[in-house]
Amino acid sequence: MSESEMPLFLELIITLFLIAGAIIALIGSIGLARLEDVYMRLHGPTKASTLGVGCVLIASLLYFSFLKGGLSVQEALITLFLFVTAPVSAHMMAKAALHRKLKCCDQTRTGPPNE
Amino acid sequence: MIATVIPFVTGLFCIAVLLNLYRLAVGPDIVDRILALDTLMINSIALIVLADIQMSLGILFEAALLIALMGFVATVAMTKYLLRGDVIE
Repeated sequence: MSESEMPLFLELIITLFLIAGAIIALIGSIGLARLEDVYMRLHGPTKASTLGVGCVLIASLLYFSFLKGGLSVQEALITLFLFVTAPVSAHMMAKAALHRKLKCCDQTRTGPPNE
Repeated sequence: MIATVIPFVTGLFCIAVLLNLYRLAVGPDIVDRILALDTLMINSIALIVLADIQMSLGILFEAALLIALMGFVATVAMTKYLLRGDVIE
């Protein structure tokens, strides 16, 4: 099946997923660039970027499932892998930041333990 | 419709990659740099998948899967090194 035979609603859904994913991932990267300390910066990429890339992967799943006439599992595999590993790496990075006793910004009420 | 929207989406992801590179260059501590590298990997997965859709190939997902795997392993190895001073004890 070719792209020209794609029904309109499927094309709309794929486009919506692509645009939403790009905007969400961009918001995550803006958060990485602009927030003040490490503990805040961890929030942007680990949640928003993962969700944005997940949206793009779902769009790709729909597109190739239609194009090849069958469920394309590989994209679902990448999405699952990303969603499983993102919290783990975020936890490891937060632990590393606490271990190095990095300063948080002054308005944070409960800072990292300082013993 | 998809073919017209893909350059726009790719541009947004390229801006995201540039912001990550900024944090990678500026980042006051090494944890910031690890975080920037991790985000760079995630955004590059999205760029590869977009190229796959653009060219209607359906074979680039393997590269995306490899990069996802390598990014996770690299992040865990670097943070492990920071935490313990050693990767494999």
